[in-house]
Amino acid sequence: MTTRLFGSGIRRREDPRLITGQAAYTDDIKLTGLVHAAILRSPHGHARITSIDTAAAAQAPGVLAVYTGADTEGVLNPIPCAWVIPDSDVKAVAYPAIAKDVVRYVGDAVAVVVAENRYQAEDALELISVDYAPLPAVVNPEAALQEGAPQLHEDAPGNQAFHWVAAGGDTDAAFDRAEVVVRDTIIQQKLIPNAMEPRSAIASYLSSMGELTIWNTSQNPHIARFVTCLVTGVPEHKIRVIAPEVGGGFGSKIAVYPWEMIAAFCAMKLGRPVKWTETRSENFVATTHGRDHVEYVEMAATREGRITGVRSVVYAGMGAYLSTAAPGIPTILHGLMYSGPYDIPNIKADIYGCFTNTTPVEAYRGAGRPEATFLLERLVDLLAAELNLDPVEVRRLNLIPKFDDGHDVAIGLTYDSGDYQRALDMALEHVNYGHLRHEQAHQREHGHYTGIGVSCYSEICGLGPSQVAGAVGFGGGLWESATVRFYATGKVNVYVGTSPHGQGEETTFAQIVASELGVPVDDVELIHGDTDNTPMGWGTYGSRTTVVGGGAVALSARKIKDKAVTLAAHLLEAAEADIEYADGNFFVRGAPDQGKTIQDIALMANVAWNMPAGMEPGLEATAFYDPPNFSYPFGAHVAVVSVDPDNGHIVLERYVAVDDCGPQINPMIVEGQVHGGVVQGAGQALWEGAVYDDSGQLLTGTMLDYALPRAHLVPDIETLATETPSPHNPLGVKGIGETGTIASTVTIYNAVIDALRPLGVTKLEMPLTPERVWRAIHQQDHQQDQQQDQQQG
Amino acid sequence: MKVPIKVTVNGKVCESEVEPRTLLVHFLREELGLTGTKIGCDTSQCGACVVRLDGATVKSCTCLAVQADGMAVTTIEGLAQNGNLHPVQEAFWDNHGLQCGYCTAGMIMTVTELLQRNPHPSADEVRAGLEGNICRCTGYHNIVKATLAAAETMAAAPASTTATTEATEATGG
Repeated sequence: MTTRLFGSGIRRREDPRLITGQAAYTDDIKLTGLVHAAILRSPHGHARITSIDTAAAAQAPGVLAVYTGADTEGVLNPIPCAWVIPDSDVKAVAYPAIAKDVVRYVGDAVAVVVAENRYQAEDALELISVDYAPLPAVVNPEAALQEGAPQLHEDAPGNQAFHWVAAGGDTDAAFDRAEVVVRDTIIQQKLIPNAMEPRSAIASYLSSMGELTIWNTSQNPHIARFVTCLVTGVPEHKIRVIAPEVGGGFGSKIAVYPWEMIAAFCAMKLGRPVKWTETRSENFVATTHGRDHVEYVEMAATREGRITGVRSVVYAGMGAYLSTAAPGIPTILHGLMYSGPYDIPNIKADIYGCFTNTTPVEAYRGAGRPEATFLLERLVDLLAAELNLDPVEVRRLNLIPKFDDGHDVAIGLTYDSGDYQRALDMALEHVNYGHLRHEQAHQREHGHYTGIGVSCYSEICGLGPSQVAGAVGFGGGLWESATVRFYATGKVNVYVGTSPHGQGEETTFAQIVASELGVPVDDVELIHGDTDNTPMGWGTYGSRTTVVGGGAVALSARKIKDKAVTLAAHLLEAAEADIEYADGNFFVRGAPDQGKTIQDIALMANVAWNMPAGMEPGLEATAFYDPPNFSYPFGAHVAVVSVDPDNGHIVLERYVAVDDCGPQINPMIVEGQVHGGVVQGAGQALWEGAVYDDSGQLLTGTMLDYALPRAHLVPDIETLATETPSPHNPLGVKGIGETGTIASTVTIYNAVIDALRPLGVTKLEMPLTPERVWRAIHQQDHQQDQQQDQQQG
Repeated sequence: MKVPIKVTVNGKVCESEVEPRTLLVHFLREELGLTGTKIGCDTSQCGACVVRLDGATVKSCTCLAVQADGMAVTTIEGLAQNGNLHPVQEAFWDNHGLQCGYCTAGMIMTVTELLQRNPHPSADEVRAGLEGNICRCTGYHNIVKATLAAAETMAAAPASTTATTEATEATGG
């Protein structure tokens, strides 16, 4: 019975507390003596602070203290960047917790007020008087690198944060010889993640013991502890970081921010626990953003449509400082994925990291792979248009044939397994592609413009082998660990280092243990998020929790099984070799009725009344799992849109996602990840974009101005799956958290361009707002009119 | 200066004195410790803070506690009756209508009102009815599915619907 749990879409075990309001997120937690911090943030994109007067604020009702950069300087170390990619001249500029002399983006901290309650803290912020001398700002990554651009940091000349080049094959020669070259300029607009739970932290310091505890909305509490020790100087073993219930992250809760360091500073100064919770408006400027590339990309091919090369020059905005993992995103997670699912012999990625007067950039769902997939799938569509081929045929021609155990691509990665053609076939069959094209032609005759976008993708996730992490400058390992502990009653706790925040691993990890050891799933409880009672882990991002963390859980369970076999043999007075296992029962071959259940074994191991000589008591195992390779999920997506040429309005009519993450532990959860990912990617294509003015003001600073996907704007998402196990994972599984976002932005974009092609529109900037679409159509009309006038004239 | 208010919250009369500027959501969360209601934005866009005030859905971040004086508030904590989940809660659980859970209280409260107003909505009507609630995790797919499933359950088992109505009436809905 229990073995069937792997693959079963059981409802989630974490949900009861979430649907009743009993879950405790950071801001829900109260401590005795708790006081509240509010942070004064720069209203300027770039300015020199000439004076700060905090006297009035310090005397406001309820205020305990006001601190500025002068107070934190020398006490809090600068916030470090943890991904310093090698051979790229990374300028890890100082990132002070509170700016002292110069503010470099709207949102930079200038002062902090601590008061008895939040209303008082915010009142007092308004009494702080800061004189700023505004400086010229630069917000566009490419412009930031131009001669004469305003300079952000003295130690990063020309605003260049890094320059990284990766190449495989002889790309320049491939382009020189190419029969066809297609090019595009792509703006990957800056995005604002908007996890529904704003960021929050509570810091509490036990001065007598020198112990610092931080409750933190983090995707990676163990990394947060590590970095907190570097910034505060409190030794790592005296720091406890707790990520309680965390309300979504999408990358924005990876970074270790100045804000929780400021809370820690205040708590240590005042001897009171200090809570800081951002408002949503604060979140828009103070929590990391994503994407922000200006890309010049090109593809070389033969006249038959065989791709011979891809190369790029990319200006990747980093914002004003380097956030924790930021440099790795446009480089390792983007530049190495230019092959996607295709057999492309020559690849070159030329990536510049650029400082701008904007909020720092971090991973945002997909982190680098949506950008890579976008440019590749965009270029394939351009190539098809250039050669007058069906875009599906160009894809078919170039897909890497099925492989089960490793495939080397030109850039040097080894994909684990793939069956790209099958995913594409399934998607096309599901939508009846031929019929769709026929319908489209028919509708065009009647003045209705529908578009079909088809894309294939392969992505890199399940980060990753620690040896590779070291080689690419990641400031830590990427293994995971898990402890499985059986109690005398047969109940089980599983302690893991990863820290899910909505992805449902309390259920899927319990399913893994239940499947491996035959215990009822309800007897397994997952413990995560608290560095004091979980083994080390590197966090939940890069679609790695189930792949790497789940691998560790499976290996722990298998260690338990090994011990259980030995103990069962002892109890059954049989040789170990004669012990068989099925569904939680250990028995002598041929006598399943007289076996010992895992619960019997757990009881005996815990009381230890009758153990084999030399066997330690207890039924508990810890496994550390360092994956031998990344995981490479893949799939094919289809979008169908209609565009109203009169007003530029786009309707996403259908979305079909075929994804392959290997065997699915819980298909309901897998589908949920795809639904959410697809809609998040649709957000980039159609609605979302951070807009700054030239002085660095964020013009889209609230949910009123920054358009997030809403229920009435999207259709049901049709999800299908193929199953190609990874040979490099104990469970065969691959990541699924980001695939939707990785594929959907370009799939929808290509569908819109497909719809508009008869109107002469071949290019648009995202998000594809009705105004932009209407203007593009109108401009084409205008140009055609002019041409006609000229011809007639 | 503080103002006395008397609010019936989840069937229980709460008398308190609040600053006039105190938002209802802060009163619920800070004063009463009912932290199930969430704050997701500060511009009345996201709907994480939706509660029912005399039966109507309101965004409790855009409502002063003093405006609730003499009225009845139902929050997510008041939805389950006698240990039994409300059919909407059950449907969200059954249909994976939540991931991180942060928008969930507001979603569920909105859906209870939506289904009272329109017991047999179409999928499009559900989507239109959720316009004021943002979810970043689910892509809305399973929230719509859960809502339609709850509608079916509530139609098939009038007992639970009655219980809901009673609960709402008890809190002044």
